[in-house]
Amino acid sequence: MTTADSADRLPPADLDGWDPSWSRLVDAPDHTGELVRWHMLDNGPTDAALTVLAVHGNPTWSYTWRHLAAALPADVRLIAPDQLDMGYSARSGRTRRLADRIADLLGLTDALQLSGDVVVVAHDWGGPVSLGWLQAELARTDSPINLVGLVLTNTAVHQPPDASAPTVIRTARTPGILRRATVDTTAFLRGMFELSNPRTPAAVRRGYLAPYDTAERRAAIATFVEDIPLESDHPTAATLDAIADGLTGLGDLPTLLVWGAGDRVFSDLYLHDLESRLPHADVHRHPSAGHLVSEDIDVASIVVDWIAARGAEPSDATDASAAPIDLTERLRDPALADRVAIREMAGAGTSVTFGELDDLVQATAEALFGVAAIAPGDRVALMVPPGIDLAVALYACWRMGAVPVLVDGGLGPTRMSAAMRVANPDYLIGIPKALAAARTLRWPGRRIASSALSSPMARLLGATDDLAGLRRRRAADTLLPTPKGSDEAAIVFTSGSTGPSKGVRYTGERIRAQVQTLIDLYDITPEDSLVAAFAPFALYGPAMGLTSTVPDMDVSAPGSLDASTLLDAVEAVDATMVFASPAAILKVVESIDELDSRDCAAFDHVRLLLSAGAPVPTHLLRTAIDTVLPNAEAHTPYGMTECLPVASIDLTALESLDTDGLDEIGVCVGRPAPGVDATVSPLDELGTPTGQITDAPGTLGEVWVQAGHMRVGYERLWHTTHRASPAGGWHATGDIGAIDAAGQLWIGGRTAHVICSPRGPVAPVPIERAVDVLDGIRRSAAVGVGPPGAQVVVVIAEVVDAPKKPQQSSLDRLDEIRKAVADAVGLDVATCLEVAALPVDRRHNSKIDRSALAEWALRVLEGGEVKAP
Amino acid sequence: MRVLVTGATSLLGRHTVEALLERGDSVVVFQRSESGLDGVEEHCGSITDRATLDAALAGVDGVIHLAAKVDPVGDWEDFKAINVTGTANVHAAAADAGVARFVHVSSPSVAHGGASISGEGAEPADPDQTRGHYSTSKAIAEQQVLAASSAAMPVVAIRPHLVIGPGDTQLIGRIVDRAQSGRMPLIGSGLALVDTTWVDNAASALVAALDAAPDVAGRAFVVSNGEPRTVHELIARITDAVGIEWSPRNVPARVAIAGGAAAEAAWERTGRDGEPPMTAFGAEQLSTAHWFDQRETRAALGWEPSVTLAEGWLRLAAHHAFGG
Repeated sequence: MTTADSADRLPPADLDGWDPSWSRLVDAPDHTGELVRWHMLDNGPTDAALTVLAVHGNPTWSYTWRHLAAALPADVRLIAPDQLDMGYSARSGRTRRLADRIADLLGLTDALQLSGDVVVVAHDWGGPVSLGWLQAELARTDSPINLVGLVLTNTAVHQPPDASAPTVIRTARTPGILRRATVDTTAFLRGMFELSNPRTPAAVRRGYLAPYDTAERRAAIATFVEDIPLESDHPTAATLDAIADGLTGLGDLPTLLVWGAGDRVFSDLYLHDLESRLPHADVHRHPSAGHLVSEDIDVASIVVDWIAARGAEPSDATDASAAPIDLTERLRDPALADRVAIREMAGAGTSVTFGELDDLVQATAEALFGVAAIAPGDRVALMVPPGIDLAVALYACWRMGAVPVLVDGGLGPTRMSAAMRVANPDYLIGIPKALAAARTLRWPGRRIASSALSSPMARLLGATDDLAGLRRRRAADTLLPTPKGSDEAAIVFTSGSTGPSKGVRYTGERIRAQVQTLIDLYDITPEDSLVAAFAPFALYGPAMGLTSTVPDMDVSAPGSLDASTLLDAVEAVDATMVFASPAAILKVVESIDELDSRDCAAFDHVRLLLSAGAPVPTHLLRTAIDTVLPNAEAHTPYGMTECLPVASIDLTALESLDTDGLDEIGVCVGRPAPGVDATVSPLDELGTPTGQITDAPGTLGEVWVQAGHMRVGYERLWHTTHRASPAGGWHATGDIGAIDAAGQLWIGGRTAHVICSPRGPVAPVPIERAVDVLDGIRRSAAVGVGPPGAQVVVVIAEVVDAPKKPQQSSLDRLDEIRKAVADAVGLDVATCLEVAALPVDRRHNSKIDRSALAEWALRVLEGGEVKAP
Repeated sequence: MRVLVTGATSLLGRHTVEALLERGDSVVVFQRSESGLDGVEEHCGSITDRATLDAALAGVDGVIHLAAKVDPVGDWEDFKAINVTGTANVHAAAADAGVARFVHVSSPSVAHGGASISGEGAEPADPDQTRGHYSTSKAIAEQQVLAASSAAMPVVAIRPHLVIGPGDTQLIGRIVDRAQSGRMPLIGSGLALVDTTWVDNAASALVAALDAAPDVAGRAFVVSNGEPRTVHELIARITDAVGIEWSPRNVPARVAIAGGAAAEAAWERTGRDGEPPMTAFGAEQLSTAHWFDQRETRAALGWEPSVTLAEGWLRLAAHHAFGG
């Protein structure tokens, strides 16, 4: 039965983003055998190499795939039917259950004689329908279809045990509400937009609502909601369970899960359920996109790139090496057994020898594996400040094959929470403060206290165990699993100063390579001992066989180190090496006078000062050497969480750089470290890397690196990993720079911050360096204002006499700035805006978000209101 | 080449004549009264009068058409008569006289509504969008002459943005007058970025356009120094160069635009001579950004500005120091 109303209706030609030529009507028998008329989006190619079958959910229609239709290459066909009684397909008045809809879809694809390579893409309840269809096709011996890919976006096949049904669905299912919300009114339809982030534009809402303008046309929205099997005796429960169980058989089918984690219907729990059933799947999760994920983020590009990349070397490739690896092997070295491994400066000044540390690590690994039942590959967030407890937990994880998740406390609660939801650790080992945060902010993972707690306190913090207690309960004969070099061995979160923090994945092999690179780069021998005032390196002392200590400071607040705290630490281990951030070094230099009454002889033994974490001014390093560590060589490594170190340069080299260096590009960061390859990908006139690489000295481009110690990929960010992984095994750093004739690397800022002037792309750093040395300027940021290719340079400066509200520099200062910048890079400066403070990241207090500043500057320079940036 | 310059007594007209003479062209000038310029053939008349135009065009190879009514206020019929009908007249007479190239001097405001322009190119003229009689009449005129561009007489439109230089009575003169009498406020923040064109550069662009006309027939180009500055800086530079004390006083943009509209209405109602202290269009111009992508202009005309603004301010100061 097809009503006259629906038979002939087509989408209005002027719907936002919709191409009327996509509309196609097809008659096919439904599950009852009756001929029904389908409306579908068909982008047309008849000799396509590949067909994408896209299935929408409730209450949407094929409109939801319009971006995909526009983005697919010309030789890929998209078929996106409107489910029967939905969209512009016929209204039958029939109640169609999941099993019926699967049969309906099979009827359609048969009628279309769909054949050849097919990728299935689905959203919402299109997921179960298409998965049922896919499993039926796979079961057919005579299927003309060759399934080559599966993309699922915000959907579900199972109610996870620890999740209650989504509130929206439960509410809509309440008797008396269902019809009123879904059919009599458009409340349910419009409710869908409430799940969007950002807000859905009016023109797009119109597109989604267009086919559902009468109660009669909305009837199937209700039956769709009714068909969700919230109860185990629901007629559709068995169908859905079979589909869910069948997913384990899809291990050979390339699969991508694209997820908007801001979805209040299908939360992360549903993603994790699908991941457990499809462990081979690539995952791209966006932290805030909502249920209509393809409205909120560019899903079409992700899908198009993924389809193109299928079959190629996966960018998230794991290492080939299956050999066993022991990242804790130095702890077992008999030659080191009696040597102090770690000395703590805070509190009682506890220390452990390598032998004691090895015993503790072994006992803890046995306890984590045997008592806490942590399995190899399980993720364990470590929220313990540097010191003996952290080393024990970290090396114990490595010894038994658990994956430590490391999140810098300096990120602040919001970003830490976001990171924890990305990594989704199975366990969290932390100090009471971290456990309290985990409880309050509902971080995932069973909580284990790093130190013994009273039982009321443990209950309060939701900690199930503490490490000491676990160790006491372990069995003496626990046999530990042996991790392999290719196994995941750490997830380290980036500082996220210019966007959300990303989890960087490392294998054991790559961590071992990183330790070895540091040893080779800085000629580290067992004779060395280390003061680590910089978090990442504080972890590696034991792995390098060094005595190490952390000064009595908050390592996530570099300014909390002063000269006397440093001297205490250097004396305590008779240090030969000091690792610190520029902010910490500055503080030490500023407080050196406080040491007047003390004997500073221990400082004379330090041979290496490593300044890491942010760019460091040469004069600061010089002052540190001249006034604090007279016998040390100062080195500055360059690198990022994804590959550290990339290069390194020492103070002497910095001070004797040729005058014909690449000053117009940025700052010199030295030659690549042993085992590191570096190259650049030149920029086009819009500042986008061309994807080619060049070794021509002095060419400005995005810096690409590769090394045995670089990251594997980003956690649950398939597309981000893909885009940062150009063919050839490179990591695209997002930094711009050039390589000089001597092979030294010069860095000029972030690719996203390039100024696209009429003369071509220009790096911001050389402009800022020219301005920063002028009288009265504290620091500056150079941004491009205007459309890429026609941008003018605007300088935003923090000045000594800060104005109350932003203002333009005086004519004299404008003259000085224009001259300095013209000399440095040969460009005109449109103006300089003086502000009280440049917006910077919390962690380093140095990374300036120039993209945000450029938007601010454009508003001001178009006559907008002048507020602080 | 023998070149006719209409409106040769304006600041840009005089510099254009000088630039042509300097490179050896013979120059015919045409304006309402004697120009007093050296080395030119003088013709006086109105561009609304075809007969005097025909006489001036005898043997001319190229035309640079600068003559226009540029006042901020006035009757539409007057703007139309000179800017629309007059331009059509000059064009028709030139075509009839066998002139081989025609440079029409237009204005960036022909493609401009009220919004900010940051780094855009030359959009098509659109009389439905323009603000004020001047811009509307210039938009119609530009559309007409570009549409009439032909192989026999290619037409190119040049839109110089805010031409300034020593002796400029339009922008510099007004700013100096008002600053002297303490009536030069900053509209809004004064931080909107605005392009200007040093008069020598505008003149050389017109000459370059004359040479390039066959290759760029029918096109319009915005010309500027390519050094956008804030309105605040422009006023400060000008007052500084001429030695006037000026301290900025901010007037909210909305207030200034409303005030300008009121003043225009009052001037129109009372039939007062001269111009009102502020117009709505002027206030809008001073509180929104207007700067342009110069890449296409420079590539197509094979032209670069030769006088930077820094050099310009020095020239302005010298001009005043020597009693200009």
